[in-house]
Amino acid sequence: MSSGNLRVQKISGHAGPVAGEGTQRQEQVCKLIDTTTCIGCKACEVACMEWNDLPFGETVFDNTYQTMPETRWNYWNLIKFNEHPREDGSMQWLMRKDQCMHCADPGCLAACPADNAIVQYQNGIVDFQQEYCIGCQYCVTGCPFNIPKFNPQTKKMFKCTLCTDRVSQGLEPACIKACPTGCLHFGTKDDMKELAGARAQQLREHSGYANAGVYDPVGVGGTSVIYVLHDITNPEAYGGLPSDPRVPWAVRIWKQPLKWLGNLAMIGGLIGVTMHYLRFGPKKVKDDE
Amino acid sequence: MTPTRRSFLKAGTGGAIVSLLGFDLRSAYAQSRDLKISRTTETRSTCPYCSVSCGVIIHTLGDKAKNVTAQVVHVEGDPDHPINRGTLCPKGSSLQQDIVNPRRLLKPQVRRPGSDHWEDISWEMAFDEIAHKVKKTRDDTFIETDDKGRTVNRCEGIAWNGGCTDTNEFNYLVVKTMRSLGVCYLENQARV
Repeated sequence: MSSGNLRVQKISGHAGPVAGEGTQRQEQVCKLIDTTTCIGCKACEVACMEWNDLPFGETVFDNTYQTMPETRWNYWNLIKFNEHPREDGSMQWLMRKDQCMHCADPGCLAACPADNAIVQYQNGIVDFQQEYCIGCQYCVTGCPFNIPKFNPQTKKMFKCTLCTDRVSQGLEPACIKACPTGCLHFGTKDDMKELAGARAQQLREHSGYANAGVYDPVGVGGTSVIYVLHDITNPEAYGGLPSDPRVPWAVRIWKQPLKWLGNLAMIGGLIGVTMHYLRFGPKKVKDDE
Repeated sequence: MTPTRRSFLKAGTGGAIVSLLGFDLRSAYAQSRDLKISRTTETRSTCPYCSVSCGVIIHTLGDKAKNVTAQVVHVEGDPDHPINRGTLCPKGSSLQQDIVNPRRLLKPQVRRPGSDHWEDISWEMAFDEIAHKVKKTRDDTFIETDDKGRTVNRCEGIAWNGGCTDTNEFNYLVVKTMRSLGVCYLENQARV
């Protein structure tokens, strides 16, 4: 196993400090998905399956062109097909490539109790380490995008890795490379934001999409996968993209104050038992029994 | 000094409590997957599917030593190819499966008239049947002259449709053979 040039930024469930936490020595990488030029050819889906050697499962016909209703543990990249009525009554395809968003503040990592099972690298990639995963599925609770999926055979969680193996060696992810229309781009977050902004401006000024904009939700600290949408005011129309994704407050409370309270209670209990022993000594069995 | 049972337990419990409070000797590094094409041979080729003819790179694992057989592990677009510049469509992206898929057909199959399923037949049987049918059909439908008396020498009872993954050499032979029979409904990938 090689870690290439990936440096760790955050580790799930880790006791003590993490080497590299809070530092930023690497450029944040980013996928840009321009939904306005996606033709729904699914080349990214196939390229993802092929590169990651994922076994193919049954597809589901759902009265749309979509391969299956949602991503699976062995299907990390899914084009969501949505028929959206325009104001004049005609139909418009809204096609969105659905995969892990690689949040800067990942809810899955916050919720995960297993040391090293979820890792965030300094270039922004959030990756699952299956050998450390305990299969508790808490990451599902933490994710606002419904991405982590459970494999019932191996009892491990899986999701898009943003092709860490390729990116760490200087290659673009498999989906990006395949895209024939050039609707997918890959580069640093700053470059992709600039490109996305220019494209959204072009759509607003020249293509009649007055609400075109860039989807980079602040609720999860920004994401390493950003979208250009025809209508930024209605992301739900794109197969349920949340308009303001946040890590659930229950996960926050559970993993921060409640965790420390629980730790305090445990240590306090130990100290109490020790003090009781020192003060009163061991329990003695009475002689008359 | 010999440790008593009591002092051993005390030291053990104390050590366990101290270690609970945060001494982690494991290094804090995750590991990512190896790049699966880091040791492959890259071979340039052309996607066989449609007439766009995208350039592909076929990644083969194995050093081609005498006692091993190299195997295709990955196919992706050729960035230096002027047509696709590294991109591929979904069919092209699945080219690896064109080579290694266990469900590839390896035997001739036939669906008899009125039947609802395909049955495996031997190559011998397939050759015989095809030869007989071609001979009979050609004898029945061959047209030497059209209604104005011009010599045409064509066989309208047979059509040939070539598969997209047929090789150039195979397609050359097909065209030669079919033209010599007088077949005019002839289509294959050799037009690419």
